[in-house]
Amino acid sequence: MAWRALRRVGPVLAPRCPRLSPPLRVPAARRLVTSSLVLSARKFTDKHEWVSVENGIGTVGISNFAQEALGDVVYCSLPEIGTKLNKHDEFGALESVKAASELYSPLSGEVTDVNTALADNPGLVNKSCYQDGWLIKMTVENPADLDELMNEDAYEKYIKSIED
Amino acid sequence: MPQTRVYGRDRVRFMESLVVGDIAELKPGQGTLTLLTNERGGIVDDLIVTNTSEDHLYVVSNAGCADKDLAIMRGRVAELQATGSDVHLEASDNALLALQGPSMARVLQAGLSDDLAKLSFMNSITTTVFGVPGCQVTRCGYTGEDGVEISVPAGRAVELAERLLGVPDVWPAGLAARDSLRLEAGLCLYGNDIDETTTPVEAGLLWTLGKRRRAAMDFPGAAVIMAQVKEKPKRKRVGLTSEGPPIRPHMAILGPEGTPVGTVTSGCPSPSLGKNIAMGYVEAAHSRAGTTLTIEVRKKQHPALVTKMPFVPTQYYTAK
Repeated sequence: MAWRALRRVGPVLAPRCPRLSPPLRVPAARRLVTSSLVLSARKFTDKHEWVSVENGIGTVGISNFAQEALGDVVYCSLPEIGTKLNKHDEFGALESVKAASELYSPLSGEVTDVNTALADNPGLVNKSCYQDGWLIKMTVENPADLDELMNEDAYEKYIKSIED
Repeated sequence: MPQTRVYGRDRVRFMESLVVGDIAELKPGQGTLTLLTNERGGIVDDLIVTNTSEDHLYVVSNAGCADKDLAIMRGRVAELQATGSDVHLEASDNALLALQGPSMARVLQAGLSDDLAKLSFMNSITTTVFGVPGCQVTRCGYTGEDGVEISVPAGRAVELAERLLGVPDVWPAGLAARDSLRLEAGLCLYGNDIDETTTPVEAGLLWTLGKRRRAAMDFPGAAVIMAQVKEKPKRKRVGLTSEGPPIRPHMAILGPEGTPVGTVTSGCPSPSLGKNIAMGYVEAAHSRAGTTLTIEVRKKQHPALVTKMPFVPTQYYTAK
């Protein structure tokens, strides 16, 4: 997500914008699966995308913080399947009534799937940013990219630091 | 919003020396949208000028134009005073609260002794609102809906705002919500849709030119503006609608040959219509309603239809 855009819309939202919801609690069960190769925990970029890698495929979405700051998403611009992305490449945009916020790839890889449900129901990004509102799936060209991203705790601290 | 009160016997002559509107014809309590123009015919600001029932004109201008407007007005006052005219300014520090929407009359009537049913669009009264005296209530706004703007003495503005917000129907609206409403109503945003490089003719705001003023050609930039009226402008402000990705300001508008024919000046998805709305300037040849043009959004081209404004019918109130 383009944080610049989010910052710009922030004050506009102020009167009705809910304060950030309480820090996202990762279910205990999720923490216990770290030994499993099947499911990895979500990792976050400083531009508020998350990625979770399963069987070598990364699923990408935006964080709860980002969807709240953006407001109701009314249109999702997503790439074609097969698009090759480098880490940090712009791969689309989410549009609310007030602004367009660009999306940046957390990893290098190739787009293998896009969430077609968002075409008719872009609000899924708000309602379910970590599940049904995912944006794209992509291959993981360089697994070391993941090490550069923040885990959930580090991301929460990061949000607090930019809020203050 | 900067508010200025103009006093003195020559206040109408003063105001008309700066704006395109017929200020002399305003009845007591009546106001109008008018344009402050420069000698090149460009729009320096858009103003609401009200002929109050008291002894002055009440002028509301754009916050972003406060300094230049005040400098222009003060300069003209000095010129007129030097030649013996009777005019002087008072910069008001009142706050301006806009109460807008279909429930406005019901909400506000509870705090007024005056009958709102008798107050038509663009008319103004000075009265007590929910116990706060000295409020100027003007039936106008920037949403296309019925509404009022309440000019309230600064010391009691918070109290009045909180009193209004205490009514269950009343919500604070942010700038973006307001912006989607004014765009649905086809209203220009100064700095986006009109500025010193656009003329009233290009902007489609010919209706602001008073008939008498056109004939007399006695407003700033009249030579340029009236020549454009005659010869037709090279570009025009138009409304656009589209499906797909929202149209945003500064996007290029392309003609049938794929060449640029204009630029978007305002745009957003319309919450009321469920499609994208925008306005922008295009070459006059492409300005007819029903023309299909192309907008480039993130390197992809999407069709957009030139559409009459307002996009959503306005709901201004007329007393029976």
